Amino acid sequence: MGALVLLAAFQFLILFAGFFAPYGFAAQDREQPFAAPTTVHFWDTQGHFHLRPFIVDSESSEARVYPVRFFVSGTPYKIAGIIPAQVHLFGVEQPGRIFLMGSDAYGRDQFSRFLFGGQSSMLAGLIAALLSVSIGILVGGIAGYYGGWVDELLMRGGELFLALPWLYLLFAVRAALPLHISQWEVFLLLVSVMGLIGWARPARLIRGVVLSAKQRNFVVAARGFGASDAYLLRRHVLPQTYGVLLTQMTLLIPQYVLAEVTLTFLGLGVGEPLPSWGTQLASLQQYYVLSSYWWMFLPALLLIPLFLVFYAAADALQEIHKTVAL
Amino acid sequence: MGRTHIWAKCAALGLAVACLGAPTKARAGQASDDRMVLEGVPGHAGGRLVVALRSEPKTLNPVLAVDEPSREVIRCLSADLIHINRASLKTEPALAKSWNVSRDGRQYTLQLRRGLRFSDGAPFDADDVVFSFQVYLDEKIDSTQRDLLVVGGKPITVVKVDQYTVRFEMAQPYAAAGRLFDGVAILPRHLLEASYKGGGFSEAWNLSMAANQFAGLGPFRLKEYVPGQQVTLERNPYYWKADRAGNPLPYLGEVMFLFVPSEDAQVIRFQAGDTDALSRFSSENFAVLQKQQGTKGYHLDDLGPGLEYNFLFFNLNDLGAKNLPEIAKKQSWFQDLRFRQAVSAAIDRDGIVRLVYGGRATAIWDQVTPGNKLWVDDKIAHPKRSVERARELLQSAGYSWKNGALVDPRGKAVEFSILTSASNAQRTKIATIIQDDLSQLGITVQVVPLDFHAMVDRLQSSYNYEAAVMGLVSGDADPTSEMNVWLSNGETHLWHPNQAKPATPWESEMDGLMEKQLVTLDYAKRKQLYDRVQEIVAEELPVICLVSPNILVGAANRVGNFRPAILVPYALWNIDQLYVQ
Repeated sequence: MGALVLLAAFQFLILFAGFFAPYGFAAQDREQPFAAPTTVHFWDTQGHFHLRPFIVDSESSEARVYPVRFFVSGTPYKIAGIIPAQVHLFGVEQPGRIFLMGSDAYGRDQFSRFLFGGQSSMLAGLIAALLSVSIGILVGGIAGYYGGWVDELLMRGGELFLALPWLYLLFAVRAALPLHISQWEVFLLLVSVMGLIGWARPARLIRGVVLSAKQRNFVVAARGFGASDAYLLRRHVLPQTYGVLLTQMTLLIPQYVLAEVTLTFLGLGVGEPLPSWGTQLASLQQYYVLSSYWWMFLPALLLIPLFLVFYAAADALQEIHKTVAL
Repeated sequence: MGRTHIWAKCAALGLAVACLGAPTKARAGQASDDRMVLEGVPGHAGGRLVVALRSEPKTLNPVLAVDEPSREVIRCLSADLIHINRASLKTEPALAKSWNVSRDGRQYTLQLRRGLRFSDGAPFDADDVVFSFQVYLDEKIDSTQRDLLVVGGKPITVVKVDQYTVRFEMAQPYAAAGRLFDGVAILPRHLLEASYKGGGFSEAWNLSMAANQFAGLGPFRLKEYVPGQQVTLERNPYYWKADRAGNPLPYLGEVMFLFVPSEDAQVIRFQAGDTDALSRFSSENFAVLQKQQGTKGYHLDDLGPGLEYNFLFFNLNDLGAKNLPEIAKKQSWFQDLRFRQAVSAAIDRDGIVRLVYGGRATAIWDQVTPGNKLWVDDKIAHPKRSVERARELLQSAGYSWKNGALVDPRGKAVEFSILTSASNAQRTKIATIIQDDLSQLGITVQVVPLDFHAMVDRLQSSYNYEAAVMGLVSGDADPTSEMNVWLSNGETHLWHPNQAKPATPWESEMDGLMEKQLVTLDYAKRKQLYDRVQEIVAEELPVICLVSPNILVGAANRVGNFRPAILVPYALWNIDQLYVQ
């Protein structure tokens, strides 16, 4: 249950990224590429405690102190992509900069980019996973339930899908598309590419579950009482795949967040300056980042608990489902 | 020397294939004046130098090699007639000990060194030279050197005068003719004539041959090739250079090329002491290596700007037949000089130098970098970045702003995409910075990183792009290596290649200047002509030059005589003089 709350909190942060992030995702500070995370102080040099935290800018000739202010107005943004606003939870006065997670190669605030990146990555990952799993249910369910040549046809078709050389197909897709695609189109493209590539594995798993489920005594009994195929599938067979579906979802979402790195490389992903978790992780592939700027790991480190929470939430949901079913 | 090539990764295609060499001790039958004596600190003989290659060489045939790893190895195995000294950037004698130029500049008579032997012991003379040029000029062989050896539309003719004299004749005078010979490796006729006449030349000297099937005039010869791991070369005992103490060169007993597929892996191997020299790495990795410079037994050199220039350019092709209406509409912006000037004024070149190259680069406003001291034009203005000036220029061209977005005189919002190669992190970063700079003018820019080949296809054949960030590396400091970039009918005339006749008056002027400098023999006059070309580039902005990265190299402290240069191959050009302690 705690996991569900945590997950909701995470999603809330991401949904209202504009409010929680001190800067816009594209704001560059060209004087401060790869700045280390800013230390937030409560005690001053004399050892006095301040209720209002402050940061110290030691880069300039004389160290300047900037108190952290709350509910400041700054870069305009849109709540959930619709309502315009410009109040941010916290910030410091210009020219001070607060980089909670350091800055990237362009001097952009990593914390802000992490929150905004979550919007595209979570949404894309979630929708793509839903798409994969839905196609998986449809195909796997039909194949498992009806068996025979339908099963053969669908499953061999799925294997064909798994065997396709996707990299080259994606090259071809990119070549066929116009050079610049609007953000919305990129998003749809990402989701559909990932969703369509990924359905075959869930379909196989679901087929297996359906295959065994349809031979259970109560299903056979229901059929004996004259239940229709649609009713049997809906009421008795598919509910048994629920657990498999949940685990599949929790596995697919992180996988899709990473898949976006590859797609970006092929010119099919979220392009600069839009942030995504995938591109934030991609910078870690470079030796100089790995060896010199430890704070570039922070997005990756944050994703680990996030995905664990996902997993725990799936567990929790399954528990609830079982309790309700009983 | 070579033409500037679009495959910037294989920098300097067509450049020198020979290692500048050093001399051999006089051998029986070899006249003492025919050794070449090199200055420099006399070193220790023996030892092994280990360097990394990005991939396996595809061939050891100097005529067929197009990839940089193959060329890197071949440079150590072969020699040319006249060589460009990488330190002075001037020509110097190599296999030809001297040469005369006829008064009309069309005939070159070369005196060859006498008594030289290939690495298998067979003697070298004019027949090998005539044979080599026959192969390079053979249209069926299709060597990359061939188009350099075609002057004024006609191939150079090669005549054997006597056993040690060869005469080259050209259809028209050619200013940089001496530089033509750099990189044209002389082949052993006794080993290759059979396969050339028998039609098997395209297979000759691939890596599967036995080491004794191969011979050259370079400082080293092939010892062993282990697929997937390394190529090992051993000292050529017949090499024709000596140090000033009379010791035969090269000093090194062996050179080993390891195959290490990525830049990061090469940097790590160098850092660990597995390899002795490193070039072609990013300023970020330079910074990483710098931290341990004092403690780890290696040193790094920043040689300042090289010959690479990176730039932004717009699609100025005639799209009449191409069915690209969207791009054709945007060309009214791209073709407007004031638009290009505004874009140039708004770009923060210093920001690029700082963010992309960590300060190890130089901002540029035309194609000749400050590294090219012989040809750089000091009169080119270096205007500071000015968003205000950019706005004024746009206003004077009839553009206006609506809710912060720039709209053209017809009311259409200004929006375009910039193509870059996804495998080149630096250029993608440059494009991202430009995107942010232009957003301050109200221009919406999309950065589109594409696979390298997909990008080249769009730039050179489908013309389906709006703007692109690219870089070119001159194969030589001399402007002749840039002919195919600035001539309007050149295939690397990127913004509008292969024109039947010049599309604009300034391109026509540039054609005239480039052709004239090619046949002018006096350096000062040529400099004037090429200065004007640079001025046209800076004024008309067919390419908006941005930045030239510094050449960065590193070597283990145990390597002596290490003198890196800004011309390819940067680090190992004097491998015949290198020694290890």
